[in-house]
Amino acid sequence: MDPIKILTANIDKPNSTSIEVYIDGGGYKAAEKALKMKPDEITQMVKDSELRGRGGAGFPTGAKWGFVPKNAPKPTYLLCNADESEPGTFKDRVLIEKDPHLMIEGMIITGFAIASNPMAYIYIRGEFYYGATVLEKALAEARQRGFLGKNIFGSGFDFDITVARGAGAYICGEETGLIESIEGHRGQPRVKPPFPAVIGAFGGPTVVQNVETLACVPLIINNGAEWFKSFGSPKNTGPKLYCVSGTVKKPGVYEFPMGITIKELVFEHCGGVPDGRKLKAVIPGGASAPMLTPDEIDIPLNFDALMKAGSMLGSAGIIVLDDSVCIVDAVWRLSKFFAHESCGQCTPCREGTHWLESILDRLERGGGRPEDADLLLDMSDNIGGKSLCALGDAAIGPVISSVKKFRSEYMHHIEQKSCLPETRRYRRLDAPVAAH
Amino acid sequence: MADLQPDNPYAPDRFPDPNKHVDFPLDAKQKFESILTRYPTREAALLPTLHLAQEVWGWISPEVVHYVGSLLDLSPATVFGVVSFYNMYYQKPVGRYHLQVCTNLSCMVNRAYDIYDHLCEKLDVEPGHTTPDGRYTVSEVECLGSCGTAPVVQINNDYHENMNIEKMDQLLPRLK
Repeated sequence: MDPIKILTANIDKPNSTSIEVYIDGGGYKAAEKALKMKPDEITQMVKDSELRGRGGAGFPTGAKWGFVPKNAPKPTYLLCNADESEPGTFKDRVLIEKDPHLMIEGMIITGFAIASNPMAYIYIRGEFYYGATVLEKALAEARQRGFLGKNIFGSGFDFDITVARGAGAYICGEETGLIESIEGHRGQPRVKPPFPAVIGAFGGPTVVQNVETLACVPLIINNGAEWFKSFGSPKNTGPKLYCVSGTVKKPGVYEFPMGITIKELVFEHCGGVPDGRKLKAVIPGGASAPMLTPDEIDIPLNFDALMKAGSMLGSAGIIVLDDSVCIVDAVWRLSKFFAHESCGQCTPCREGTHWLESILDRLERGGGRPEDADLLLDMSDNIGGKSLCALGDAAIGPVISSVKKFRSEYMHHIEQKSCLPETRRYRRLDAPVAAH
Repeated sequence: MADLQPDNPYAPDRFPDPNKHVDFPLDAKQKFESILTRYPTREAALLPTLHLAQEVWGWISPEVVHYVGSLLDLSPATVFGVVSFYNMYYQKPVGRYHLQVCTNLSCMVNRAYDIYDHLCEKLDVEPGHTTPDGRYTVSEVECLGSCGTAPVVQINNDYHENMNIEKMDQLLPRLK
């Protein structure tokens, strides 16, 4: 399969963030076309394209728009989720920093499709300071040209976008956590239902979409649903950005039709693992996704195939681990992340993630007990499905999969009080550790 | 930055000093007014107002917590709840250069901990602490979303990608 340049068509052009370059490449044609259509036609077109959300859950985008009640008493909100913080994921940052107008155009079309005059925010993670300045500049350019503001393209549609910066909390990438954060609160996810499409930000109907999902929308309007479906396989359609990182020769963002296999992507396009080493494990969809072993990687990178294999496409952050990596140490690092990022609302997640971290750390330090491997599974069982949002489920993904698939390595830690001889630890155990 | 939290949240210095008056300078006041126009409620302006306050004063002191609360009709407890939830609001002063090393998995397997340990040793500073001259703060952070160019070190607002110890050593003297 050859790489494609559709979502990334503009990013290598000089001065790619400017509105002139974007318009020269056919930009804002889709918005002009869409604003002459009926909102329901746009939603139907997106439904027909089988576009699924690119943020992690893979929910059908058109269906989500369809849930928004018409003539709700409160204003409708469109929130762009640019809080990209899933370890291993860095695709949205490319779109934000290199081609901001694509997602802005996607937001104009989406806003028009879901409500008469919605309010719109781009919630960008606080660390992406540069990305926020690029977006602010792009929004100012779009306002100047009349693509944002009152009566866009003479359609009577009023629309503007505000950039809202996060402040360093992974959980604000969860859609109700994001809504809480936009409202000025601690980013603690809400009980669902009611779903945000009915009652979301400030009590109004709210659609939350990932950056890449919104970037797909102008492409669908320009080229049609059938064209979009020509990429990938049924229910898993469209061009897709894949982020490859870890111990791999050529890490980076790659664009392919949805469904390239992990094997082809890692070995043919990313150069495989460093010379003299062997592949040990692949995490296919960001830190939350259960890991796969080398004999499981001949699998298409799409939502359904990975779900069938017991993992998930998630945010398509593919982390490659070679045989120098100690699996227990790698899983410890991910558990440390989830323990740090748990919002503290639900007891199983708040307490459980810290226990997972400390048991894994104990194993690394040679203090493992014979029951620890099963204890990790037992604890995971008490976290999964027992919290309001998916963070608890995310935290146990790497733990369960690694204990099941690399049990002998866990047992080696317990019995020999050390890592496997061929692995190296990438941290110093004697280094001082900062408190959480 | 959890490690930038005060040791005891109930310590006497968490309460505002009545002799210290904080007030936004004129340009920040204008920015604050324009922030208010972008949100349907005053409370929603809290995060951007805290960002603005941190730009002005460098950290969110107890006085700033009370001041921001008074601007937005929020109790200091509500403001402090938000400040303590988000990593990027500093509850202690930080150095002029805040060196934040991402050590999450993709950075870790590309030797991020080597950089982190090196910085702590070379600058003789405990993780999460500031050098006595107030120049550098070193801390470990979670994924910065730049895994393809790991390891990455964020220094104030800028990302420094594909880092290693040599590049770090070359960079440090330029951070005056």
